Amino acid sequence: MSEQNIETLKTKLSNFKTEFTDVNGYTGIYVDGEQILDVCRILKEDPELMFDSLLDAVSVDRFQKKDRFEMIYNILSIKYNRRIFIKIKLDSKTPEMESLSQIWKSANWYEREAYDMMGINFRNHPDLRRMYMPEEFEYYPLRKDFPLMGIPDSIPLPNK
Amino acid sequence: MPKFNNTEQVIPERVIRKSEIQKVLESMETDDLSISYSDALDNEMVLNMGPQHPATHGVLRLLVSLDGETVKKCVPELGYLHRGYEKLAESSTYHEFIPHTDRLDYLSPMANNVAYALAVEKLIDLEIPERGKYIRVIIAELARIQSHLLALGALVMDIGAVTPFLWAIREREKILDLYDIICGARFTTSYTRIGGVAQDVSDEALAGIKKFTDEFISNLNDIRNIVERNKIFIVRCEGIGYLSKEDCIELGLTGPLLRACGIDRDLRVNEPYLVYDKLDFRIPTYTDSDCLARYYVRAEELVESVKILQQCLEKISKGPHNALQTKKVLPKKDRVYTKMEELIHDFMIINFGVNPPKRESYSAIEASKGELGFYFISDGSGHPYRLKIRSPSFCNLQGLAPMMKDCMISDTVVIIGSVDPVMGEADK
Repeated sequence: MSEQNIETLKTKLSNFKTEFTDVNGYTGIYVDGEQILDVCRILKEDPELMFDSLLDAVSVDRFQKKDRFEMIYNILSIKYNRRIFIKIKLDSKTPEMESLSQIWKSANWYEREAYDMMGINFRNHPDLRRMYMPEEFEYYPLRKDFPLMGIPDSIPLPNK
Repeated sequence: MPKFNNTEQVIPERVIRKSEIQKVLESMETDDLSISYSDALDNEMVLNMGPQHPATHGVLRLLVSLDGETVKKCVPELGYLHRGYEKLAESSTYHEFIPHTDRLDYLSPMANNVAYALAVEKLIDLEIPERGKYIRVIIAELARIQSHLLALGALVMDIGAVTPFLWAIREREKILDLYDIICGARFTTSYTRIGGVAQDVSDEALAGIKKFTDEFISNLNDIRNIVERNKIFIVRCEGIGYLSKEDCIELGLTGPLLRACGIDRDLRVNEPYLVYDKLDFRIPTYTDSDCLARYYVRAEELVESVKILQQCLEKISKGPHNALQTKKVLPKKDRVYTKMEELIHDFMIINFGVNPPKRESYSAIEASKGELGFYFISDGSGHPYRLKIRSPSFCNLQGLAPMMKDCMISDTVVIIGSVDPVMGEADK
């Protein structure tokens, strides 16, 4: 994204606590978890921004004491052909944030996947179930403290 | 849109002749059954389709709630092919993960190889030579043809026509044979490497691709002529699985599904990679956003892919196919066995990996089903700290439920065929 477009973004989001970073050529914006819904509403509805499509959500386990978890949303403006990444730092003990499915419908499955794999809770999500793993599975496989080979007996096998 | 010749003709709506059905149902009633068949078509029920269902293209499971024969709600259930590739990637080096990408979208493995290699190269700032780029475009377009042929064939077979499916498979077989010449494997290709491809394409392979492109259009037209003038096919597809343009954007759909609703977004043009900006091709778009429009988008993309292949065959020049970066790119095997320097580099790359800088990177290509992207988080070691695969099938499947709303139970199969999901990719 060009310098000028980043400036427009910065002025549009000047009321909020944001931090601009670089994702290897794309723009990344750290947004405060409390303000995320307002920021996303502006990003989606402002006629100069028009980020109307949410393409992916990445959940990250940084494995550190403070702000262990992070969500990265990959949003795209089809009209202007621009892509930015919105990043939200989440609490280490109880990772929780507002569900973006209130803004983009497609967040539904991406957040279910993040909930399943990383154990992040989404408030006001329409259907927060596990995406891949069985419902009785107690662990979150993509967390760094989950062993690669799995945990024995975590999924009960049928009796003979 | 040239759908059929007499466009004036109005297709009559499906009318259920109640009295006739009533008689059949009454004859089903026996003394030992307590069910009354008098209003069978008014009953509500929940039906489970899959995961082992012949028409769901893999292990997709659908729970549909029916009112008579009309689908009221559909809930897809995923995870029957979940192999935890994102977890596996965290403990394997960047090179070791390449064979796993074959198993993502197993109907077009070459495109996945290209997408992954490009993503890693963007992460480590590596540019590959011209010939390598053309080779990658050629194999990626072959993969698109391979995937679309199966998508079209299977869609038509689900409706009941087996002949076009066999013809499509016959064409697909030729591409698999070409893969065999190019990389030595028909199905699990693992052809790309970081900084290039495993081996140069031979003149024999290029001649084979030339022969294939020369014959393909007329063979494709055979398929299209038999399908597109078939009334059953048109009636079963037209207006089925409609999803509005706003919903398509809102649900994050990409690929042929998005282009069938009138948006000409294609990463090959919008965010060009490799040498696509030097090639001349068209992005077919339709506005109907139904199963028939999706069929036409795929069919015309096949023609465009052949055009790209022909241009590549003309423009491809002799030269190196791998980048000259000894710390990042695997050396040739014959030099590894005879030269000390290459042996050391090979050892270091295999054992410790390519060690990209500490950063995050995203790169995506237009695969046959949509945007296939890889989001890397690197901590400077030889393994990715986190790899997120943005798989088009997973995201496109989210559009399945709204498409199925208020359609007939027999249309579900057609809609699944038009979405063309591959469960290996959706479940990761």
